[in-house]
Amino acid sequence: MIHPDKKRLRRSMMFLNAQKPGLIKDPYIYGADSIILDLEDAVAENQKDAARYSLYHALKEIDYQGTERVVRINGLDTPYWKEDIRACVAGGADSIRIAKTESAQDVHIVEEHVLAAEREFGRAEGSTLLMAALESCRGVLSALEICESSGRLFGIALSGGDYSKDLQAAITGTGVELAGARQHMMIAARAARVQCFDTVFTDLDDMEGFEKEVEMIRKMGFDGKSIVNPRQIAIVHKIFTPTPKEIVFSEKVVREIDEKKAQGIGVFTVDGKMIDIAFYAGARRVLELAKASGVYKGDM
Amino acid sequence: MINKAGRDIPEEILQVTGKEIFQGIYYKDGIEFQKQGPVTKVVMNHDTSKMVDSIHEALVKCGAHDGMTLGFHHHFREGDLIVNMVMHEVHKMGIRDVTICASSLGKAHDELLPYIEDGTITGIESSGVRGKIGEAISRGKLKGLAIMRSHGGRVRAIQTGETVIDISFIGAPTCDDYGNCRGIGGKSDCGVLSYSFVDGNHANKVVAVTDCLVPFPNYPAHIAMTKVDYVCVVDAIGNPEKIATGAAKPTTDVRKLLMADYCTKVVVNAPYFKEGFSYQTGVGGASIASTVLLMRIMEERGIRMGFGVGGLTKAMCDLLDKGLVNCLLDTQDFDLDAVRSVKNPRHFRISAGAYANPFNKGAFVNKLDYVILAALEVDVKFNCNVVVGSDGIITGAQGGHPDTAAGAKCTIVITPLLQGRIPAICTDVTTVTTPGECVDVVVTDYGVAINPLRQDLIEAMKDVDDIPFRTIEELRDRAYQITGEPERVQFGDRVVGIIESRDGTIMDVVREIKDFTLEE
Amino acid sequence: MKICKSAVAGSLESSDAMVTVEPLEEGIEVAVDSVVMHQFGKRIHQVVRETLHNLEVESGKVSIVDKGALDCTLKARVECAVYRSNDVTGNLPWGGAIR
Repeated sequence: MIHPDKKRLRRSMMFLNAQKPGLIKDPYIYGADSIILDLEDAVAENQKDAARYSLYHALKEIDYQGTERVVRINGLDTPYWKEDIRACVAGGADSIRIAKTESAQDVHIVEEHVLAAEREFGRAEGSTLLMAALESCRGVLSALEICESSGRLFGIALSGGDYSKDLQAAITGTGVELAGARQHMMIAARAARVQCFDTVFTDLDDMEGFEKEVEMIRKMGFDGKSIVNPRQIAIVHKIFTPTPKEIVFSEKVVREIDEKKAQGIGVFTVDGKMIDIAFYAGARRVLELAKASGVYKGDM
Repeated sequence: MINKAGRDIPEEILQVTGKEIFQGIYYKDGIEFQKQGPVTKVVMNHDTSKMVDSIHEALVKCGAHDGMTLGFHHHFREGDLIVNMVMHEVHKMGIRDVTICASSLGKAHDELLPYIEDGTITGIESSGVRGKIGEAISRGKLKGLAIMRSHGGRVRAIQTGETVIDISFIGAPTCDDYGNCRGIGGKSDCGVLSYSFVDGNHANKVVAVTDCLVPFPNYPAHIAMTKVDYVCVVDAIGNPEKIATGAAKPTTDVRKLLMADYCTKVVVNAPYFKEGFSYQTGVGGASIASTVLLMRIMEERGIRMGFGVGGLTKAMCDLLDKGLVNCLLDTQDFDLDAVRSVKNPRHFRISAGAYANPFNKGAFVNKLDYVILAALEVDVKFNCNVVVGSDGIITGAQGGHPDTAAGAKCTIVITPLLQGRIPAICTDVTTVTTPGECVDVVVTDYGVAINPLRQDLIEAMKDVDDIPFRTIEELRDRAYQITGEPERVQFGDRVVGIIESRDGTIMDVVREIKDFTLEE
Repeated sequence: MKICKSAVAGSLESSDAMVTVEPLEEGIEVAVDSVVMHQFGKRIHQVVRETLHNLEVESGKVSIVDKGALDCTLKARVECAVYRSNDVTGNLPWGGAIR
């Protein structure tokens, strides 16, 4: 069974501390595609229990207006993750983000407990999706097996801070220390036909630097970015939304290919660019992205 | 008796005040009245000096007495020192039953609380009463009835003789020995002296209090010497650093920017957005951000503002600096950039009366296209509450809210849907300040509601698809769905204050608060 | 459930509530101090009592200092305090006693 939301639009995934009532009461107002309710790093050790109750009731009682609710559970090396999974699934979370994923085995362990919880709490089996955060060299190298480990897994995300520490590389601000991980994960995700998300950018005063980074990862093929503050949403959506020019071009490509295919013509030009059948899927993706982003006004 | 804003005004309040109930914003339009003038003590002898050595001497010479009414301006806002200075002296002299008729009072006047408690002060007439004074009134400590007026209403009340000011103290940043006052040029500038203009014209005695005596003639005078009885030099009249209460930097709060975006879109899609339009806005983060966005659109489309008025802030003065507005009309400066801008030749000072008095031959508010306002609460009939907080305590000020809303062609109120757990959009406001008939658009972070009385605006916006339009009831329902439906604040029976409409009728009453009791 | 010892949950941050539970011989006592007392004081009392009822707590003293918390937060804080007073953090009855 392919979960209907597996390929949904996830340009922006916004982290929120599940322990902070003021933040979780109406985060959908900011328009992020997904929100990540955090039980892990944002929550102090002695509040891990409290965060779960807040999470459960927030999931059950707050109307998130269709925004995807992802929960980042604590790592498998902590005593918290099992109860985290029970609370998430019982609460109705859409997806669970597994921190520090190193292998397909990690995903299988989580999946086992998620399935048990779905049965315990009467949720449809397979209704809870998964995503894996890769935070170490081993995790990055295991990207392909992790992507293929479960039908529930919709994507992988890079945790740049922890990864670069593991790599023993300095954080340069140019992104060169993350380049290898980004590319490797991108290739693995595409090979497995799942989504790939980039790491957070924490300097809120450097919106220019943020915009450059988002442009770069878009070009690299990423599906979206993890964000830490609502101020970052507008820039991510602007860059990840096809421009009117791109939309018009894609419409032409799709139309022309449909026409020319019927006439048996395989290669031709659109607006001076050489086009063949291989461009069809990409053009259709642009139109789908435009529709999902709410900017498509055409009829294709 | 139920008035036209749907509020019940007790019979005995009508009798005690001799006022009528509110009957619509233009109920008094077209009436004629005889203006009341002050008792004027003439100064013919050229040896007469107006200088006095102290506030004490000024009070004595002005014949300060029990039961008198004193006038003050609030151009220094939270940095005001004059009211406290004078009242400490009044108290020392053992004078009692004083009524303070200030253009507004704030937290700067918290130290007057003991004088309310001991009967030195028994009457307060003000646009607002924040802080401890507001709380004291709400707890019933003021002997008389507090009267909350708009800026325009204060001028009306004085000119009709409803309120007679015995002595007005005008804090003047510069003054000469004959009483010519200016709002700039001294060591603590407040920019303008608009609220004191009516005091100059109608108070029986006028005392200029300055911390910067300058050579005669201090011209052009903001308040002319021919209206001033005495001049008193003190160490400090106010702290200009405390004039600005808003944020120094433009807001980065996404919610406020969202509301600012919606607000600007309403402005540019309304039929009044064309060359020469007029505009007023406030100090809130969203209001200022909206003005900045508007400025960009004006530059793009080559549309210039005809005039800006208010309550001025840096955002409005930037428009003047960039040549995007023909002129600014200044009734008060809300930050130091606005104070500095006063010397710009296209930055004109206007009196509070010229700005907003409903009982003259036409004030500036009548010529306004847009006004952007805030509110504590707005109800489903679009009535606004700007004065009484969510806990029932008097905490805000009418300011120019009802004046501008009544005058402007398009009145926009910006408020976040929720203020903490309190729904700002509710079924009935706690107290009505500005009646819904003059509130046209409500902008919240959850969407925008247009008053059904304005079918023309609804029609004008029908093809606008980047504003989330909702009905006001939908916004209220959304708020209640999130917070739960609130109970009404519990009040006692005693009426402690009246919300006076700008035309002198009674818009609403404020009752003594009651401590919360859980009825089991 | 019983309230076995004193326990605290929550904070005094805006939109949160600080809940303290203490053991009591008999009966339930709820004391609420809220920044929105007039509008939601009654509802806060109701929500607290309902939550205690769901947890089958029959005696205890609950003190709430509320800074405008929504119902979901109040429930979460009361539940957290009660479970803490029992030193229980696992195998919780999600959807059952916790609802």
